[in-house]
Amino acid sequence: MITAADLLALSPLIALSSAAVIVMLAIAFRRDHRLTFVLTIAGILISLVTVPLVSDVTPRLVTPLLIVDRYALIFIVMAYAAGLATVVLCWEYFRVREGQPEELYILILTALLGAGVLAAARHFASFFLGLETLSVSLFALIAYPLRERRALEAGIKYLVLSGVASAFLLFGMALIYAETGTMEFTALGTMPGTFPAVIGTILIVVAVGFKLSLVPFHLWTADVYQGAPAPVTALLATVSKGSVFVLLLRYGLESGILRAPVLNVLLALIAAVSMLVGNLLALRQNNVKRILAYSSIGHMGYLLVALIAVNAIGGDFAAEALMVYLAAYFVMTLAAFGVVAVMSPADREAEELDDYTGLFWTRPWLATVFSVSLLSLAGIPLTAGFIGKFYLFAAGSQGSLWMLLGALIVGSGLGLYYYLRIVFQMAQTPAALQAEPEARPVGAHLLLAVLLLLIFGLGVYPAPFIDLLHPEIKISK
Amino acid sequence: MLAALILVLVLGGLLAWHADRYAANAPRWIALVTLALDGALLVPYFVGGLPEAGVWLDDVRWRWIPRFGIGFHLGLDGVSLLLAALTVFLGIMAVAASWTEIKERVGFFHFNLLWTLAGVMGVFLALDLFLFFVFWEIMIVPMYFLIALWGHENRAYAAIKFFLFTQISGLLMLLAMVVLVAIHQRNTGVYTFDYFDLLKTNLEVNTALWLMLGFFIAFTVKLPGVPFHTWLPDAHTQAPTGGSVILAGVMLKTGAYGLLRFVIPFFPEVVADFSPVAMGLGVAGILYGGMLAFAQSDMKRLVAYSSVSHMGFVLVGLFAWNALALQGVVITLLAHGISAAALFVLAGAVQERIHTRDMDRMGGLWSDVPRMAAIGLFFSVAALGMPGLGNFIGEFLVLLGAYRVDAAMTAAAALGLIIAPVYSLILIQRAFHGESREKHRIRDFGARELTLMGLLIAATVWLGLYPQPMLDVSETWLKSSLRGWEETVAQQVPSQAPSGIPLRRGEP
Repeated sequence: MITAADLLALSPLIALSSAAVIVMLAIAFRRDHRLTFVLTIAGILISLVTVPLVSDVTPRLVTPLLIVDRYALIFIVMAYAAGLATVVLCWEYFRVREGQPEELYILILTALLGAGVLAAARHFASFFLGLETLSVSLFALIAYPLRERRALEAGIKYLVLSGVASAFLLFGMALIYAETGTMEFTALGTMPGTFPAVIGTILIVVAVGFKLSLVPFHLWTADVYQGAPAPVTALLATVSKGSVFVLLLRYGLESGILRAPVLNVLLALIAAVSMLVGNLLALRQNNVKRILAYSSIGHMGYLLVALIAVNAIGGDFAAEALMVYLAAYFVMTLAAFGVVAVMSPADREAEELDDYTGLFWTRPWLATVFSVSLLSLAGIPLTAGFIGKFYLFAAGSQGSLWMLLGALIVGSGLGLYYYLRIVFQMAQTPAALQAEPEARPVGAHLLLAVLLLLIFGLGVYPAPFIDLLHPEIKISK
Repeated sequence: MLAALILVLVLGGLLAWHADRYAANAPRWIALVTLALDGALLVPYFVGGLPEAGVWLDDVRWRWIPRFGIGFHLGLDGVSLLLAALTVFLGIMAVAASWTEIKERVGFFHFNLLWTLAGVMGVFLALDLFLFFVFWEIMIVPMYFLIALWGHENRAYAAIKFFLFTQISGLLMLLAMVVLVAIHQRNTGVYTFDYFDLLKTNLEVNTALWLMLGFFIAFTVKLPGVPFHTWLPDAHTQAPTGGSVILAGVMLKTGAYGLLRFVIPFFPEVVADFSPVAMGLGVAGILYGGMLAFAQSDMKRLVAYSSVSHMGFVLVGLFAWNALALQGVVITLLAHGISAAALFVLAGAVQERIHTRDMDRMGGLWSDVPRMAAIGLFFSVAALGMPGLGNFIGEFLVLLGAYRVDAAMTAAAALGLIIAPVYSLILIQRAFHGESREKHRIRDFGARELTLMGLLIAATVWLGLYPQPMLDVSETWLKSSLRGWEETVAQQVPSQAPSGIPLRRGEP
């Protein structure tokens, strides 16, 4: 029986679903880019406004499928905010391109809905539903510019591999269900781990590894990142990966799989290999989007440190570290792809390293934002990325994960090299030295300014954000 | 007050960045005024007289990230005061030296220069480990831009190498810091990054060794000590003159400062065992750096390798850890900062005029530019350790102090005093003496450069003839930290006391 309080607790998700429906209806009546854009922004904002109202009734179990707690809400805010940024980027990006961009916004809304469900999921059913809502929206988003060959290729690639991953996921869930007779995470925690259930868990980890593009399940990443329109790549890199990570931590903690030594070793191996391989592959790239794709593989590897250390540091600290790192990762990734999107002329994307030559002298503002976001990705102090990395160091050292921290240091060193290559490229004297006036309208630049402020804000004075997380964030009962 | 020292540089940098759209010279003047203001802020500390041992001249403490007990904690004692003064002094020299060399993006250049100095200043003042690390890393970024944007032909390689070396070693230090804090938290239940709280942490010997190595590597890379020195010749050679001055004059000093502020006080018992290794690295640096310096034909590279050699003395003196050696270290830091800065200004001036640093293409410059040549001779002689000039006092004290600890090592280090004249004089011979191989019609030092050099000469002579004020300023600090060291060693290794070595280190 769903009560009024349950509905209230779900209101961030309900508001977003209604927004998707309203936007769809609005398009049916009147195909207008501006109207759709405004409605979408309003929908996300209203959904964001419901969050403070909800926080009074948390934590609340809504049906066996969902739990609305601080952990879920904080991620929902982050995801919605990232969605907002994506919408703004899409508006600027698709406005100057041919085609009918209106449906794009519905898809963004449904992707956010899937991410929200994932953050609150505590049951295999909601896990699967959330993941599929997210993934199906993303297939369409990636292949949205239908006439672009590379976007189509990326879409199909993501569709096929994601389908395979879902098959793994379902089979894993089925194995676990057959063995234990339950699909609730917490109930699983009380069951003894039998052999088929462990195999099932590993299958689930494989599926999640695909979504997070961890090595060795990373093969799709660079192509999809490159093929998708830059704003969509931003959404894929942040919301999609973040929500799966948030779910993985909750699932891992409540079902107790992270306590299983087999899985711990497996995850540690995946993490170390992701950090090294991701960063090594990025070294030889000359395409900015591919560099960012490989670097994201490395970053997902870093983030696994918090997950693996969970037995030593406890779920709450792991959740705190995860949220801080994700917040940092969100702002810096959005800023980086935001610059790529704003840089792109109407007929193609500015993705080659050469497109950025001398940017400091032709478009100093964009170059500053890009450099700051790259330095933040490299984890230089005073930027958000450093605070995230600091949390991982704290988590890893308390969990005595010396090998992983060693890989993290090596990975960061490699990462620094290719981030600095881009920065250096931007600092070169361009062939034609004249400062172009900033051509694009203010929206995207305003967004970049906000992101820049957030990168510095989180990096210089993270205390207010940390206060939100500590000590209130409780992930398991 | 202390926060203002850093804030002035930060704001001045921002101002300078945007000033060049109004007048070409505006950033230069803003930078000069900013540094002068910073210097003025330091004056009261010199006037105020010497405090009792163990008392800090000034102290600022604000909460920053309470979750981990991180505070914005700055403090100033004798050693940091001297180094802060050196930073401001050489900052002014760097601005003056780049007055004509830097022609484009003047505003951004001075922004980077001032922010590097702000980072260095922060490193000398920070008493919170997290804050220290932030400053430690922050000074790398603008220095990277200085090299990457205004550097010479191979700047991309040099800049990235510099950044990678310092950043990766810095991460090792961050890891060591975090582990140290975690151990402290496990013992006491309190998260803190405060210097004084962490000094009291009890560590197992084995853990302490690993942690010490984390810090030691980071600081030795910056110092630089053999075998982590390979970034330095590239970075120095490629950097613009102002960058080289800052790099050699003050940035290398942060490594030495870190060793004496953190490594030795934090891990006294391990350091006692480790000191032969560290002193050995120092001696290796002295000899190897000197020999490599002799073999260079690139003027700036020669000076860069000579820095490796001189910093070897610092490493030897630090790990001898007695009053004489430490006094020598402080003087060496100041004197080398000044003489290396002067030699880089000279090399930069030569390059600006004849567009090469290759000494094979120089020769006979004495007749063209007698003032430059004479000044070059002066600083070469200073660098080789001529009595009466600053470097001699420093290195002599280091050797004197180190002799009490390890005579054999000291004897080997003293060989450096033979190598130093060889590479210093070859610089003069090849550049200024002999037949001139190419025709140069060049301008000698003008009034600006003469003033600049005059100040550097005066400072070197002062350090050489009357170093007592410097020794006094750093002495109070030395007394207190040596006393602390004696107590810890006496507590931690009572069994070793009869063997005599650890306790004798403490003699003032």
